[in-house]
Amino acid sequence: MMRCRSYGSYALAVILAARAAAVAAPPPPGMVLIPAGEYVPLLREPSDPARIPVAAFWLDERPVTNGEFLAFVRANPRWRRSLIAPLFADGQYLARWAGDLEPGPRAPADAPVVEVSWFAARAYARWAGKRLPTIAEWEWAAAAGLRRADGRREPGFTAAVLAWYATPEPAVYPAAGSGRANLYGARDLLDLVWEWVDDFNTVLISGDSRGAGGTGMFCGGAAANNRDPSDYAAFMRAGYRSSLSASYTVASLGFRCARDAEAAAGMLTKADSPAPRPPEGDQTRSPFARLP
Amino acid sequence: MKNRKKSRYSFLAANSLLALGAAVLGYAPLRALLTGAGTVGAMVSAASAAPAAEAPAPPPAAAPAAAEANAEAPSADLGTARGVAPTPTLPVEQAVLTAPPHVPPPITRRYAAKVIVHLEVREVVKRLADGVEYLFWTFGGTVPGSFIRVREGDVIEFHLENSPGDKMPHNIDLHAVTGPGGGAASSFTAPGHSSQFTFQALNPGLFVYHCATAPVGMHIANGMYGLILVEPAGGLPKVDREYYVMQGEVYTAGAYGEEGLQSFDMAKAIDERPPYVVFNGAVGSLTGDNALTAKVGDTVRLFVGNGGPNLVSSFHVIGEIFDTVYQEGGLAVAQHNVQTTLIPAGGSTVVEFKVEVPGTYVLVDHSIFRAFNQGALGMLKVSGPENRLIYSGKEIDAVYLGSAADAGTAAGKREAELQAQIAEEIKTNPKIASLTKEAQMERGKRVFMQTCFACHQPDGKGLPGIFPPLAGSDFLVADHDRPIRIVTKGLTGPVTVKGQTFNNIMPPQVLTDQQIADVLTYVTNSWGNSAAPYTVDDVRRVKAAEVSQ
Repeated sequence: MMRCRSYGSYALAVILAARAAAVAAPPPPGMVLIPAGEYVPLLREPSDPARIPVAAFWLDERPVTNGEFLAFVRANPRWRRSLIAPLFADGQYLARWAGDLEPGPRAPADAPVVEVSWFAARAYARWAGKRLPTIAEWEWAAAAGLRRADGRREPGFTAAVLAWYATPEPAVYPAAGSGRANLYGARDLLDLVWEWVDDFNTVLISGDSRGAGGTGMFCGGAAANNRDPSDYAAFMRAGYRSSLSASYTVASLGFRCARDAEAAAGMLTKADSPAPRPPEGDQTRSPFARLP
Repeated sequence: MKNRKKSRYSFLAANSLLALGAAVLGYAPLRALLTGAGTVGAMVSAASAAPAAEAPAPPPAAAPAAAEANAEAPSADLGTARGVAPTPTLPVEQAVLTAPPHVPPPITRRYAAKVIVHLEVREVVKRLADGVEYLFWTFGGTVPGSFIRVREGDVIEFHLENSPGDKMPHNIDLHAVTGPGGGAASSFTAPGHSSQFTFQALNPGLFVYHCATAPVGMHIANGMYGLILVEPAGGLPKVDREYYVMQGEVYTAGAYGEEGLQSFDMAKAIDERPPYVVFNGAVGSLTGDNALTAKVGDTVRLFVGNGGPNLVSSFHVIGEIFDTVYQEGGLAVAQHNVQTTLIPAGGSTVVEFKVEVPGTYVLVDHSIFRAFNQGALGMLKVSGPENRLIYSGKEIDAVYLGSAADAGTAAGKREAELQAQIAEEIKTNPKIASLTKEAQMERGKRVFMQTCFACHQPDGKGLPGIFPPLAGSDFLVADHDRPIRIVTKGLTGPVTVKGQTFNNIMPPQVLTDQQIADVLTYVTNSWGNSAAPYTVDDVRRVKAAEVSQ
């Protein structure tokens, strides 16, 4: 308990320090600084660490939009809907778009892009000079409420998160970034779309959540490995991730990008240049690669 | 350094997924064939609409090889062939799935078959009660989910499909499956995807199926449960009607009846305090026009499940005695002449009874507040000729006042004292004391419409010669205290109201002092009446005077 209580002030100190630094070095456009912290995994084997340290990192303020993804597929034809290799995305890839280069009425330019595979999200991130956040990073950023690093201690936080699961999916998503900013300035983490993370499939949860495979989430001894059996939202995120494969696309699944804080500091010297890092790897190699 | 480690994990992950992706690709044509063979929720497929007892149903085109081998299949009864691996020679048929309260037709074939089940998970906003909606997670678009009927020994090829518009991954644990997780791990499916697994129905019985994705309780509470019947090899005794009823609780954030789209309330679920306990997914799903029906002389069989997630059901049909109960859904042992049978959460029962007398029979959870305050109510309407020997109907209707007529007893005094205390509390509570007359009128109207209107009529005009009018009543407003005495002590004998004589009995009313003040304020200020409002003090004073006499 003591440790938890001091946690918030620790985080606050980090933020203040980071903000002070940010005065000298402005953040990358559209990104917010998530201070260093710790992710407490929902489930773990006794041999796993109870806490996973998270270094400070930059995180996109909001999910990637259809407009931004359009720029990516313009620059990288192989990631267009009609050209993508079937290994890298299932049949519903960008299904709501009107065409290869026309998002159309069901995918407004400022709405989060959905129906993208992990491969595609990862390729976008590389093209943008970023990467996908890890589970630990994403969960640490999303654990924050409006005023505290541990949002669950804010009244209404848990209920608001759960309410999202009780809301039907809209046919057309609202603009990304229209939600309230959390403690670190990140928006829409918990109430717009699901988001890919880099290591989504490292959660070794069996499909049967009650522990038939010994790494389950409910019942019997499995409950002992469980950080907080009442954290339903965390259960659902863990369960959701474990239902995915990297080629899957889902109507409510998008992503946002992250960047190492040190790398970002390096980038700042090049802040005058809007061009991203040259693409790496054959997934993203394109003579047209540049930011819009 | 940490990051390098992470990206290596990711790289490994990607590699294994590539392999998986290739496997999926190689398997895709087969899947296309299978999904093309039938659609989810098809009420009656061509193959099984008229299941022939002697000849197997023609298999779908997907399995031409099986067609030739069918000739021998009927003689091979796998119903008792425990441990025998399913052979490819089984005839293939599509399962008939039905939405509640309907049940697929009995299985008449005498041999095992390969039965293909397509069940689609859909997250849909549905009516929970009038004006109340809830985002249900469903198997087949209904709560409970589609009824599945197979035969002992059948090999079931199960396809679970998760609708592309869904938010959550889901799976299915069928209690009819022998194997770890009941199929749950093999059927874990992301939105917009499908899974397939196969099992042999070894044990006959009526089994619950449900979603087992974390958090399990929430998935069940949101409607993810249903029934699968594994008929014994010899079938069930023939009956005239079969219906599908399943109980479940709904943990809404709002109280019972609170309108709008309600969300799931985790705290109430953990505390097991459901605002709703319902049959077939909604208040009123089996009442009025939705009632089950039968004719006099029919034998009715109810397949009853309890999805829970928490509560145990005391299942009872008011006015009927179950001739036969297959307790807990096991079909081997039958109990007879049962009034109320217990259905565990995640369990079932089969009840049979012959309906002898026409009328409406009410299905309840006899943990009875659930029936009257939380929605656990259904109806079976039986039509046909009366049978006065079995049930006479009402023969005598007389007034009986009993001890309630005597307000001078010790109990009465004690009650008056307590009422006085209540009145004092009410008087000193500033919240109530500051109520305006308008608010009092509104509350009084509510009391009137619950307690008084049946005799005095909603318009206060009463019934000529029987119940005196309150509208424009000289008798009512002549004496301010008299209405208090009438309400608290009742009134017997002749009175003259608006020039007309009435000679009847009004029993004392069991109301709080506040309710009496409210309702009298309402009736003396409605329908053209006008009088000073009644206060709790007035009521207390008159009551005290009565007791001291």
